Amino acid sequence: MAQYLMSVLHDDSTGPVTASPAEDAAIDVFNSKLQSDGNWVFAGGLASPSSATVVDARDGEPVFTDGPYIESKEHLVGFWIVEAPHLDAALRMAADGSKACNRRVELRPFLA
Amino acid sequence: MTEVGEVGEVIARVHREEWARVVATIARRVGDLDVAEESAAEAFATAVERWPADGVPPNPGAWLTTTAHRKAIDRLRREVRREEKHQEALMLLSETPEPLGAIDDDRLRLVFTCCHPALAMESRVALTLRMVGGLTVPEIARAFLVQETAMGRRITRAKTKIKDARIPYGIPYREDLPARVTGVLAVLYLIFNEGYLASDPEKEPVRGDLTAEAIRLTRLVRALMPADGEVAGLLALMLLTEARRPARLSATGELVTLADQDRGAWDRSLIAEGHALVRARLASGRPPGRYQILAAINAVHTDAPDVRYTDWSQVVALYDQLTRLDPSPIVRLNRAIAIAELDGPSVALAEVDSLPLAGYHLFHATRAELLRRLGRGEESRAAYERAIELAANTGETAYLVRRRDQLAGR
Repeated sequence: MAQYLMSVLHDDSTGPVTASPAEDAAIDVFNSKLQSDGNWVFAGGLASPSSATVVDARDGEPVFTDGPYIESKEHLVGFWIVEAPHLDAALRMAADGSKACNRRVELRPFLA
Repeated sequence: MTEVGEVGEVIARVHREEWARVVATIARRVGDLDVAEESAAEAFATAVERWPADGVPPNPGAWLTTTAHRKAIDRLRREVRREEKHQEALMLLSETPEPLGAIDDDRLRLVFTCCHPALAMESRVALTLRMVGGLTVPEIARAFLVQETAMGRRITRAKTKIKDARIPYGIPYREDLPARVTGVLAVLYLIFNEGYLASDPEKEPVRGDLTAEAIRLTRLVRALMPADGEVAGLLALMLLTEARRPARLSATGELVTLADQDRGAWDRSLIAEGHALVRARLASGRPPGRYQILAAINAVHTDAPDVRYTDWSQVVALYDQLTRLDPSPIVRLNRAIAIAELDGPSVALAEVDSLPLAGYHLFHATRAELLRRLGRGEESRAAYERAIELAANTGETAYLVRRRDQLAGR
């Protein structure tokens, strides 16, 4: 089994960042299926990028910077971590997840 | 004692026939595409060294597989870290989707892996030519006019993604199968088209090596999936297109249109084989897919001993059927060309003018031809100019320039 990160990408130009009630309901159904199929590892939604703080302690004293490290039209709003035997299985989950949350999903394997 | 030249020919033939099987078998056994490819290459190199002196073994394929397997084991033993990954990969194999009975074959696994939709199209093409076709990296680089190092990197990157993202070495899920087969056929058709109408002005206009390779790979896929209508359709389409290749280029390197080709130069045996495939598909009674319809259109064309005898109503009917499956502007452009023969150039022009294809050279070439027939010389010239600007194939450009200049003569 391998683990994959499914990042949910939100495009501000396409609508509000918060999920609609219909999207929330579909996400609940999808989450339950991940759990009952044994693919669920973890998932979560993120607060808006403007609530982020960048921390850089490489030179000793940490430096805090308000805001995301990169400003972009499209940003991460949530993610799933799933377990799958191979990419074909993970792709199906990503397709179902994308449909449920009505957003694009980036699927990326964790290092073995 | 066999002559060295003779052995060389045997090795070349065995390479054509056995490469994919050797790579595919080793890939399944060791669970690593990279190791499989390198060990297969080493096994063939050993054959080149040994067979001239020792003679060709009675079962060359088995000899090569055994030799490659030994090389693969050596390679894996040399790297302990890889050995761990190897164990992991072997586990991965046991979890791949269920095999589909009769169509299960290691070479089919290899084809599906190389043509996986998670890989970029250019990677799928390169990987398929390398792993299934057995072309070397320099050969593939030459075919696509890419630097050898760049092509090497492209293939390495694809193999790394297969490993890291765990693209399974197996037959797709049953529900995914139609889409995945379509994906494989798209790769094969792209290889064929690159040979049939090279898209680069630096390259030969028609390249038999690539079309032949595409046909060979499609024959292999057909042998592996004999029941799939679209695979048969694509093979028929390729054969019926390839049959016209001898007549497709003039002595001066200009492309010759279907209407002007010397039909006596067409390859009758390829046409016969293509027609037989199309007939078999029709007899199956199942609704045809896109490649089967395209093959049927080509069957109508190759059925006519002279362009005047072309059954244009049949061609238009087939394009109507294709438009229902794929209403893309390119399909409608081709349909309009047939409409011109059936209903005249002004009906066709109205259809062509409605298409959003201003960036496509054949859109302008078609308009130019229709405008010429309608006696609208100035507009026709402008359309030829635009087509020439956009065309990339040297043979096409030569043809368009001559047609434009003929217009000036009138």
